[in-house]
Amino acid sequence: MGWLWSWAAIFPLNNLGHYVHWHWFLVSRSNLIVIILMVLTFLTALFLPFPGRSSRKENK
Amino acid sequence: MSTTEIDRQWTTRLRKRAAGKLPPEKLLPDTQPTYVASWIYVFGVATLSSLIVVIATGCILALRGPFWWHGSQYGHFINSMHLWSVELFFFCMVVHLWGKFFMAAWRGGRSLTWMTGVVTFLASIGAGFTGYVSQTNFDSQWISTQAKDGINSGGVGAFFNPLDLGQMLMWHIVLLPLAAVVLTGLHVLMVRVKGVVPPFEESAEVAQ
Amino acid sequence: MSNKKFRPDVDAPVYKGGYSPYDIIKEGTIAIIVIGVLTVLLSMFFGSPDDPAVTIKTWSNAAPVDFATTAASELDGSSTTGGYGAPYNHASSGPFIGPFHVAQSVGVRIPINTVKDFVVSPLKSLPNQPVLDQNLTTWSNASTSTQASWVASFTKAEPSMKFTGGHVVTSATNAGPVPVMIDSLTQMARTGALDQALVTGAGFYTTDFTKPLLFISDGSYLATLADKQHLTGDQWGMMNETGSYPGQAWLWLYSFWYQIPPFNTSGNADLLILGIMAILSLALLFLPFIPGLRSIPRRTKVYRIIWREHYRNHV
Repeated sequence: MGWLWSWAAIFPLNNLGHYVHWHWFLVSRSNLIVIILMVLTFLTALFLPFPGRSSRKENK
Repeated sequence: MSTTEIDRQWTTRLRKRAAGKLPPEKLLPDTQPTYVASWIYVFGVATLSSLIVVIATGCILALRGPFWWHGSQYGHFINSMHLWSVELFFFCMVVHLWGKFFMAAWRGGRSLTWMTGVVTFLASIGAGFTGYVSQTNFDSQWISTQAKDGINSGGVGAFFNPLDLGQMLMWHIVLLPLAAVVLTGLHVLMVRVKGVVPPFEESAEVAQ
Repeated sequence: MSNKKFRPDVDAPVYKGGYSPYDIIKEGTIAIIVIGVLTVLLSMFFGSPDDPAVTIKTWSNAAPVDFATTAASELDGSSTTGGYGAPYNHASSGPFIGPFHVAQSVGVRIPINTVKDFVVSPLKSLPNQPVLDQNLTTWSNASTSTQASWVASFTKAEPSMKFTGGHVVTSATNAGPVPVMIDSLTQMARTGALDQALVTGAGFYTTDFTKPLLFISDGSYLATLADKQHLTGDQWGMMNETGSYPGQAWLWLYSFWYQIPPFNTSGNADLLILGIMAILSLALLFLPFIPGLRSIPRRTKVYRIIWREHYRNHV
């Protein structure tokens, strides 16, 4: 399995981060991406149809 | 021994109480209410799965000691897995928290389920913090020397010293994982006992 | 049957609807596999950071003048650690809320004397140093006020201090044994011997790095490195990680308070913010019992999206 960790990391994030600065609000690009992903994931989870609809209608 | 005597034993009473509260078909159900029909419901099990990966990778790191990963490619990869599973853990836990909040999942006698969830969240932050200061690199140095001010201000620093690697590491690999596992276990068992919270109804009803 | 009034934010209706098949073990297995694969992929693509630790050796070699000025501040107790207060010493009463000096009331439980622990004791451990030993004797025989005036003279000349020919060179006069002590400590630091002396002071086995960490954080080298990485308090540093790695986004609210008045200029910020976060955490914990807050889900009606199929089937 040596090939697995000799690859890591393909895109190492060791270079200095980019920051979004607006008045006193300062957030790293990476953290902003994570927060946006969280919100998008939450919204997707709310709206995406869940499989098994017909089975549940039968069992209602 | 008479039957009454056996019934009065602590073991018998505990077993009957536990089996009554959580019979096998409730512990490992094969049906669920039809209202459990949203992707938001997967984030609880996703958080639990992330915790399992965190602990598994933590165990591998523990096999070779706290400095191993600095000099080994394999160790560094396991460290990366430990870090990313922690990121996934918090990611899934926050989405799970948002979902449970908007469902008002504490309703119907489930307030203890909510509370164990919050305590697990807070304990996880503690586990993450002790992990960061156990990395034995620049990040640990910076985080510990900064965090000490907040912790010292509350008087806690006298007993919980972020600059003491030995103490921080032991909290991280023994005490806090134990707390996280016990709290998560209680949380999950409570969901099984009480069931998933039913939807709101528009009209007022007498609670039975 | 109870005639208790139904409280929609507290009570749940009795479910009289149907059930559908559910494979809990399969769900758990799939979840572990998905999370496991995601973890491996993220690790393969991005790895994890490992910026090497700063040692007193690396610090004193990279910034010898900063080291020397920090060492001098340890000698007169004017360093951050020297003037910290509990749990390290009695130099300050520390942060407070009203009449409550919380840390001070708990007391000094991790005693640090910066003069002895960071300067004099390490220097005394050096063998075969007749000139240094003589200066150390001069130092220990002098009164506290004489010692203070020596350090003050040394500190006054700091703007013109240089590191030349492997030595700390100062134009200070009437500084007594201080220039020799500080130069010797800088030599000791540059060899790595001071790192060891500060850690093994308590015995052979130790995992407690309190002393070297406090000494390093008293200087500006560590903070300069942290500032470059946006890790300092006024840069929302608590949320950030070295490099471009995502950090601890869940600490956004803890970090937020340090950015705004009055906390961003207050010496009591740590205790005040700790208090605020404790109150907010308790509010989150006891949310089911807080009227108003616990009715937000019902009023915002986000649940109608989650349970839309249920409402459609049971209308």
